[in-house]
Amino acid sequence: MNRNAAYTPYHPRWHRQRVSTYWWLERRSYFLFILREVSSVAVGWFVALLLLLVRALSGGAAGYQDFLEWTRHPVVLALNIGSFAFVCLHAVTWFNLAPQAMVVRVAGTRVPGWMIAASNYAALATTTTVVVALLLLRW
Amino acid sequence: MEIRRPIEPLLWLLFSAGGVMSALFAPIILFLFGLAFPLGWLSPPDFGRVQSVFGHPLARLAIFVVCSLSLFHWAHRFRYTLYDGLQIKHLNEAINAGCYGGAILGTLAAAYLVWQIP
Repeated sequence: MNRNAAYTPYHPRWHRQRVSTYWWLERRSYFLFILREVSSVAVGWFVALLLLLVRALSGGAAGYQDFLEWTRHPVVLALNIGSFAFVCLHAVTWFNLAPQAMVVRVAGTRVPGWMIAASNYAALATTTTVVVALLLLRW
Repeated sequence: MEIRRPIEPLLWLLFSAGGVMSALFAPIILFLFGLAFPLGWLSPPDFGRVQSVFGHPLARLAIFVVCSLSLFHWAHRFRYTLYDGLQIKHLNEAINAGCYGGAILGTLAAAYLVWQIP
């Protein structure tokens, strides 16, 4: 090993095989992994959309109508359709991974993974129902 | 070389909490306001309804928490997407500043906007 080798904290240069920038195109599982990671951009867009809606409310009924009109723009619509798909991918992969990330024990025995995943989907169903009930149902 | 960063567990916790929040709320919000209303599948609620729901103190708090945590989720995951996907670790500082800085700015914006709901 050369003591004077060029070295930076994030790029140790010894014994490193070059990996193609497009390594994630080489296998289906790699590609799915990157799709899942990219879903974070859709999550960011979801926050932007929600905050734009919140901002529109301070413009009164006219501001709200403008927002609804804006969501009909083809570019915005396309962005929302794509984001919806990615956000669903995020939700499914997130809930399916939950059993691996959390170990829950009740009375000394481990709660089986499917129960943890099921409780996550139940939470999704609950929040979805609450949002729909609050915004759309007639009381 | 391992660099110890005591803040990393906190960032991971925020990532994780934001992952849950966005997984729970993003699909239905995007479905309603992104697809169902603009495409005419469902008729959107009128202004008064949305205002009374979003203006409720608990809803304001919920919107703020969902937005903020989701942004930290985005920041953490996007940072690693850039690391792994594009292998641009040498831009570390700039990426960190952009991602977490963006999440902090977004959190401030969310607090302000939620406060402003009439």
